[in-house]
Amino acid sequence: MTIEMLSIIGAALAVSVGAIGPAFAEGRAIAAAMEAISRQPEASGTISRTLFVGLAMIETMAIYCLVVALLLLYANPFVK
Amino acid sequence: MKLQLHPLQTEILFNAGPVPITAEVVTTWVIMVTLVLVSWLAMRNAHVRGGWLQSTVEVAVEAIGDQIKAILGADPWPYIPLLGTLFIYLVFANLSGVLPDVVAPTAHIETPAALALIVFFSVQFFGIKEQGLGGYAKRYLEPNPLLLPLNLLSQITRSFSMMVRLFGNMMSHEFIIAIVLFLAGLFVPVPFMLLGILIGMIQAFIFTVLATVYVGGAVSATEAK
Repeated sequence: MTIEMLSIIGAALAVSVGAIGPAFAEGRAIAAAMEAISRQPEASGTISRTLFVGLAMIETMAIYCLVVALLLLYANPFVK
Repeated sequence: MKLQLHPLQTEILFNAGPVPITAEVVTTWVIMVTLVLVSWLAMRNAHVRGGWLQSTVEVAVEAIGDQIKAILGADPWPYIPLLGTLFIYLVFANLSGVLPDVVAPTAHIETPAALALIVFFSVQFFGIKEQGLGGYAKRYLEPNPLLLPLNLLSQITRSFSMMVRLFGNMMSHEFIIAIVLFLAGLFVPVPFMLLGILIGMIQAFIFTVLATVYVGGAVSATEAK
């Protein structure tokens, strides 16, 4: 196994495994927000704004994995 | 839309002396000129009963002001020049990627990095201006002086995550379109490009809201998370 092959496998693993957690978390956050909006429709403005910020925070984790994958593929420090 | 298959490399158009000028910089200049020109045209002869352009610009600025006021819970107007400009520029920059032969400036890491640095220094500036140097510095020693390294670290990581979030979203979107184009053909990426318009607007909104939350946390007397 060369370093290039290991990097590709590592990049695929980073994105595939790293997407699972944020996907579950975003699903739960949206479900909770939907329930809150259906119980209290007049607060939907505040809820959806907070939801967007929260989703951005959760999504950051997935994007960190994406960045790691991109570094492995395109800016790998161990590949000459 | 112009497809590039290396996310970290930029295309150099020409050299201005020793400084290489990339395609994204030219796009940014065009956006800047457009925004300045529209603002100047709209507010050149500002009247109480203004024309259609003045009214449009006023409605947009008022809407941004209302949103920022709802988040800050305080007078938003000292912060509108920064945050409003940030939002309007980001909307234009993110949506410029839809045009043919144009690369969205935010899809390369330099522009998000610059914007995140601007937000980082503005947060410190507004905090010091609002609370004084001592009052703002004390913020870092709360709730316990032992947490000073963590507070400093959180300042840096949240700027970094702002940069990476904007860059990652815009860049990965272009990437997905390139891959779908290779795999499926000419008209299949069109729904993805429509989704890209939505993603661009949402990312501009999120970036501005986060900047507002950070500024609000720095200027308010009580600690924000």
